[in-house]
Amino acid sequence: MRRLAPMLLAALAVMVAACEKKTQPAPSGEGGTQAAQGQGAAPGGAPADANTILLGQVGSLTGGQATFGISTRNGIELALKEANAAGGVKGKKLSIRVYDNQSKPEEAAQAATRLITQDKVALILGDVASSNSLAMAEKAQAAGVPMITPSSTNPTVTDKGDYIFRVCFIDPFQGFVMAKFARENLKLNTVAVLQDNKSAYSIGLADVFTRKFTEMGGKVTAVESYSQGDTDYRAQLTAIRKSQPEGIYVPGYYSEVGIIARQAREVGLKVPLMGGDGWDSEKLFELGGSAIEGSYFSNHYSPDNPDPRVQKFIADYKAAYGAVPDALAALGYDSARVAVSALERAKDLSGPSVRDAIAQTKDFPGVAGTVTLDAQRNAVKSAVVLKVEDGKTQYVTTINP
Amino acid sequence: METPAIPAPEARSAVPASLRGLLPVLLALPVLALFQGLMSDAPFASYLLSVVGVNIILAVSLNIVNGMTGQFSIGHAGFMAVGAYISGVLSLNFKDVALSFLPVAVSDQVFFVVSLLVGGLAAALCGFLVGLPSLRLRGDYLAIVTLGFGEIIRVVVQNTDAFGRALGLSGIPQTSSPAMVYFFVFLTVLVARRITGSSHGRSLWAIREDEVAAEAMGVDTTGYKVRAFVISSFFAGIAGALFAHFVPIINPGSFTFVKSMEIVVMVVLGGLGSTTGAIVAATFLTLLPEGMRSLFTLLGAEGSLAQKVDQIRMPVYGLLLVALMLARPQGLFGTKEIWDVLPRWIPRKRRGLA
Repeated sequence: MRRLAPMLLAALAVMVAACEKKTQPAPSGEGGTQAAQGQGAAPGGAPADANTILLGQVGSLTGGQATFGISTRNGIELALKEANAAGGVKGKKLSIRVYDNQSKPEEAAQAATRLITQDKVALILGDVASSNSLAMAEKAQAAGVPMITPSSTNPTVTDKGDYIFRVCFIDPFQGFVMAKFARENLKLNTVAVLQDNKSAYSIGLADVFTRKFTEMGGKVTAVESYSQGDTDYRAQLTAIRKSQPEGIYVPGYYSEVGIIARQAREVGLKVPLMGGDGWDSEKLFELGGSAIEGSYFSNHYSPDNPDPRVQKFIADYKAAYGAVPDALAALGYDSARVAVSALERAKDLSGPSVRDAIAQTKDFPGVAGTVTLDAQRNAVKSAVVLKVEDGKTQYVTTINP
Repeated sequence: METPAIPAPEARSAVPASLRGLLPVLLALPVLALFQGLMSDAPFASYLLSVVGVNIILAVSLNIVNGMTGQFSIGHAGFMAVGAYISGVLSLNFKDVALSFLPVAVSDQVFFVVSLLVGGLAAALCGFLVGLPSLRLRGDYLAIVTLGFGEIIRVVVQNTDAFGRALGLSGIPQTSSPAMVYFFVFLTVLVARRITGSSHGRSLWAIREDEVAAEAMGVDTTGYKVRAFVISSFFAGIAGALFAHFVPIINPGSFTFVKSMEIVVMVVLGGLGSTTGAIVAATFLTLLPEGMRSLFTLLGAEGSLAQKVDQIRMPVYGLLLVALMLARPQGLFGTKEIWDVLPRWIPRKRRGLA
């Protein structure tokens, strides 16, 4: 033991002395071989049944955001059903395998690996929550399997690599949309922000909103925070009331926002609430009741859109699942249709060909806006602002990038 | 009371004393190398086995406190988080640095081991700070303090930019391999077994059975409890650090109270005080959901049934757990080890089983 300590110290000294910058980034070797393996496996590794093309989805079917995962799955199912009814892709039927990730990134990575290596899917559709999609993106990128995430709005997701795409806009845009709407349409001068510290999504929206709103000449009077799962927000709301804002930006999820709205009215805050697409659930009206009336949120699509394509989607979805589709269902539907169109255009079903086909998506007519993918593999599209009225949403305006 | 199995008396061993400490490690290395060779082109199996390995380390290390010492810690995920984040941040910062005299792959492994040890030591330090005041007391205080500790860590991580806040830390070099994970599994089990067989383990056992009596016999109860707790936190930190190097993103959602309870469940299911029990339970409970997924896929293929059923894996998991605990309330092996129990379940020639 007495000899061990100096030896360890010496080893440490040698290590420190020998440290240098890597000549080339280390992961490239490992990642490269993995990608090569994945590509090699893809053409031969088609699903056991030669007459079907298997797609994979990993979603939060259980856990905090279960309605998101289920809506997305329904939307995807509907799109694939239509594609199969129209004769499938390249003469093959499409089928999908869905795994639950319990809203945990390590489960998402595990399920994605399973889809890639065991089920040998041609393409993966991602989750709603950005951290889960990030975990999957890493695996999909390493294996060279294209992945489209329907509704992960965090900018970092598509930074993972050239196999990762999304069909929705990104967080900064949503914060910008609400700031612009609050300043120009609602003509508000002072707004307080109440953000969910547990969610990267909420923090992302709140940060951009604060910056843009201030740039546009408005004033953010207070920034308060809560944690997902809290039930009492009176302390934060009382602090907000003291700052006397003309509106409150609450970019959280529907489960908390409903309660926040009720408690805001209880502590005497009469001003409108504003939020993002995390509000989009039937549950919001149940939880919020009359307190949520007159509030605004930005979203990917509005069911009131008179476009026949949108109305047909809504009618079909209602017939299949007995509910009006929310934005996540619409984005799931769009992501699956973008995938189908890419599979049709791709010269074969290998990872690189499908990736290139997806990257070429331009002016694709989705139900949640026209999808054009930019060089960062993000969709460039407009957002809508909805108002809550009589226990449902009312289309107010569309805001362009 | 059950006495733990004691290894064969050292005096009769043919191995020279100087080698005895190192021998198991020397034996394990070729096995691990072979294992790594088998795993090299099976990413899914590697991932799953790595998760199993991490859970084994967590269960076996928690068993040192909850099983052998009879304390009740329910904040193991907190120590895991400390290890994961400290070593994750370290690896992230030294991502582009290499040792000049080694090939890049080898130097990555050196950095990986160093960051593992730093993560483990950081967790051990936290274990010391948490354990020292609370282990002076008897009863449920440790449970409350560890519960609080776990939550504090989670909230701190959630609000610190350097730790990636709620989105989590991604881009940590994925340098872990199943061989590395199982090397640490092996070390953890070795340490746990050596503790059981030593006088240290006897003292822990005495504390578990009756703390007052142990103190009366001259056992420094606080000292032993704190040492057990620090060792346990060290390995939890190692487990977290390993986890951070094969899961693409670590976020606070992975280290919640629920994770702590999962580990407690593994230890209780395996039998409080049984190292092999903890291993078997950790393996079983980790593979169970994935096994059910395979089963359902087989049953329904692409039918909608299999898809719907994926959601009810967790309730089924819960039901199985309830059934198992009703059938064997003392856990799978009680306080015994697998080799004490198996001969009774599988009748076979009693040969060499003393």
